[in-house]
Amino acid sequence: MASASPTANNAATTPTKLRVKRFPPAQTPTNTYLTDEKGVWAWLTTVDHKKIGLMYLGAVAFFFALAGFLAIALRTELWTPAKTFIEADTYNQLFTLHGAMMVFFVLVPSIPAALGNFILPMQLGAKDVAFPRLNLASFYIYVFGAIFTFLSLANNGFDTGWTFYTPYSSDSNSAGIIWVTLGVFILGFSSILTGTNFITTIHKLRAPGISWDRLPLNVWALYATSIIQVLATPVLAITILLLAMENILDIGIFDPALGGDPVLYQHFFWFYSHPAVYIMIVPGFGIISEVITTFSKKTIFGYWAIALSSLAIAFIGFLVWGHHMFTSGQSAVATTIFSFLTFLVGIPTGIKIFNWVATLYRGSISMKTPMLYVFIFIFLFSIGGFTGIMLGALSVDIHLHDTYYVVAHFHYVMMGGTLIALLAGLHYWWPKMTGKMYNEPLAKIAAGFIFVGFNVTFLPQFIMGAQGMPRRYYNYIDQFTPFHQTSTIGSYILAVGFLIILYYLAHSLFKGKQAGPNPWNSCGLEWQSTSPPDFHNFSHTPVVIHGPYDYHQPMEEFQLGLAIEHGHGEEHAAADATTSEAVTSETTEA
Amino acid sequence: MGRLFDFMLPENKSPLTADTTDELFNFINEASLVIFLGVVLAMIYFAIRYKRKSEDDKTPVITHNNTLEITWSVIPLLLTFIVFGWGYSGWLNLKTVPDDAYEIHITGFKWNWSVSYDNGAQTINEIHVPKGQPIKLVMQSRDVLHSFFVPEYRVKHDVLPNRYTYVWFQAEETGESQVFCTEYCGTSHSNMLAKVIVHEPEEFQTWLDENGGGPSGSPVEQGEQLVSLQGCQTCHSVDGSELIGPSFKGIWGRDRNLADGSSVTVDENYIRESILYPGEKIAEGYQNVMTPYEGRISDEEITNIIEYLKTID
Repeated sequence: MASASPTANNAATTPTKLRVKRFPPAQTPTNTYLTDEKGVWAWLTTVDHKKIGLMYLGAVAFFFALAGFLAIALRTELWTPAKTFIEADTYNQLFTLHGAMMVFFVLVPSIPAALGNFILPMQLGAKDVAFPRLNLASFYIYVFGAIFTFLSLANNGFDTGWTFYTPYSSDSNSAGIIWVTLGVFILGFSSILTGTNFITTIHKLRAPGISWDRLPLNVWALYATSIIQVLATPVLAITILLLAMENILDIGIFDPALGGDPVLYQHFFWFYSHPAVYIMIVPGFGIISEVITTFSKKTIFGYWAIALSSLAIAFIGFLVWGHHMFTSGQSAVATTIFSFLTFLVGIPTGIKIFNWVATLYRGSISMKTPMLYVFIFIFLFSIGGFTGIMLGALSVDIHLHDTYYVVAHFHYVMMGGTLIALLAGLHYWWPKMTGKMYNEPLAKIAAGFIFVGFNVTFLPQFIMGAQGMPRRYYNYIDQFTPFHQTSTIGSYILAVGFLIILYYLAHSLFKGKQAGPNPWNSCGLEWQSTSPPDFHNFSHTPVVIHGPYDYHQPMEEFQLGLAIEHGHGEEHAAADATTSEAVTSETTEA
Repeated sequence: MGRLFDFMLPENKSPLTADTTDELFNFINEASLVIFLGVVLAMIYFAIRYKRKSEDDKTPVITHNNTLEITWSVIPLLLTFIVFGWGYSGWLNLKTVPDDAYEIHITGFKWNWSVSYDNGAQTINEIHVPKGQPIKLVMQSRDVLHSFFVPEYRVKHDVLPNRYTYVWFQAEETGESQVFCTEYCGTSHSNMLAKVIVHEPEEFQTWLDENGGGPSGSPVEQGEQLVSLQGCQTCHSVDGSELIGPSFKGIWGRDRNLADGSSVTVDENYIRESILYPGEKIAEGYQNVMTPYEGRISDEEITNIIEYLKTID
């Protein structure tokens, strides 16, 4: 695999001459990754990053549907202040399962492992990720972890909340807890392997011409995410191992009855789980940058500000975990410092928002579905961000901690942020992944349902939370009834939105119009390939001489490629054939 | 003074602890609203003003603007410094108990709040306090984590099994305020409620004097008061209705089936064991969730409770 990356600096010292050929623009594909290998077995054993990405996407969608269904059940139960249709213990297990599945099976792998897997190598002009077999292994580790979690359901279930706080979780009664924590432990390795794979891929497999300042912002975002995955996830593994040791071997670490300290557990847990929040949201930022430039036909405003703020968030994100513990009994000094650092992490996030809006200025704005989701993202995620500032303020957090205000806040960030970004990315890259278009008017209607349903569900939760409604409550006092009922109605509207999406995407798969290689007229490298892409992504290794958002440059320039064609074992013959008529040129930029 | 976002907050019944919180809550909301509207309106305006006219539209190359970027980095940074300082000083106030505070001890356990006063008086899920005096609640848990939250005072703190924590407030009007447990603690977490009952100072003194000294009367009467004070009735009914644990009604002398398939006669020793080490014998159809009372209750108190249980038919 060619991995030369002649940046301006490199070129000055070691001039690299590459034989480059101008290729005709990508046309309707004859042999795509979908037709190359067929059958269930070919899919299950594939090392193709695109197929693995789709398998992740399927798994994530499955878990999202399941956890979303649980959410509907929970909201229905909360229609009345007392029992509506399920028992307290069932309710407690359901909200735990909803949280654990959404966090570990949906949000963490959603963008990096599903969309990222598909798009990252294409944006780099690579044939695959650096370690394709490891990539497949991480998918199976993910599945394996999920199976363990479901085994816990057969062993009494678990009702601790997704945070597994001790000493409640050390209780002999929650036998299922061992299974689910083991599941999460296994799942962590999937995350670590994906992160390692992506970091290596970004460093080593960039096509000629993709210098660090020509890296798509989606790649920067995935890079920052991968660093967090590799550095933070092992701490979760350690924490869970300690928890298991305590549960199985009765070694006192967190349980005061055995001489442990429950606050220590919270420190360990949040040391992973706060950075994990950025594992979930930062890849979303990447998608927003890609979509907003394509549908404004314009260079991103503040490339470096956006790229570096992802890294800044990744770094500062490691230093703010204690803001989950302002009421926990941690030391006063720690509390003060954590509050201060929390505000610092808000700044790079705010900068990104301003940069995106500035990108729209004097653009050529087309409100296609992916762009609609970007607007929804900026609207909802800003609310999530501002309410995060509220929760970072010490005195106010004392009042709001563990109320529905927090519930609403993290849903605005995680669902209004990550999942909406995922929807933006899914609608943006769907034609690339499947080669088909979807029903645009229906897609916009669904987006409308989701936007309205989301706000009807979660805005009332801010109010009732500030009024004092605690989270994880099966029963509640009468004064909160109107808020809960509004919220429940909102969740149904939201569900309708997702059902519409399910319908038109399924329809698109079977009956969608052909998309063509580049339906959005994007400059992105991934769009210069056919839709769906060739098994090796490109028929030739692309040579990149412009940045990813250079909409002022002529499009044909992007069809340059190394004068060596990809093929299945016949590369040499093909190379000979093409070089004879190749146009040779240097890739050092003007 | 009415502020825009006051509608979101509950009544403020302890201004000394709640005022700065409320002011900051309003300030952050107002500042956020301004910036939020700016962002969203700009976004919508651009979308309309620069709507795509043709696929061949040319757009200008605007890569960055240092002045603009520094402005929108520094202003939010300064704003967050203000918010940090404000929140910090409010929080210091919440941590700093006035010297003349009246101390009350709170013990949280699944799923009750037990309250003890300086003259030995005890209550369950009712915290009686005098108006206009700072109150310090010294809290601990007997089992898992709980959290003590009074929205109307804007105070909250986790209640831990291995250390004491505290909150303080000063109620300025008589009446009742709702207490919630806000740290998830199992089946009846959402029923772990209490009330703060604020009296006029003289009235409070009278109440305290009348209730000092703990349970009194015949063993059966004392047993009845203990069952109430220890929070037993949260999970065990006396009228036969089904709660989290078996009902007390008519249990004396009966055979009880256990979860492990054996059975046992309900006698003095069974009741004693079930109070001190509830995990030893689990009644069929129930979960092992009761907090052990070992070290929390005297033999004499157990005897009185047994005497009382004998009388419930």
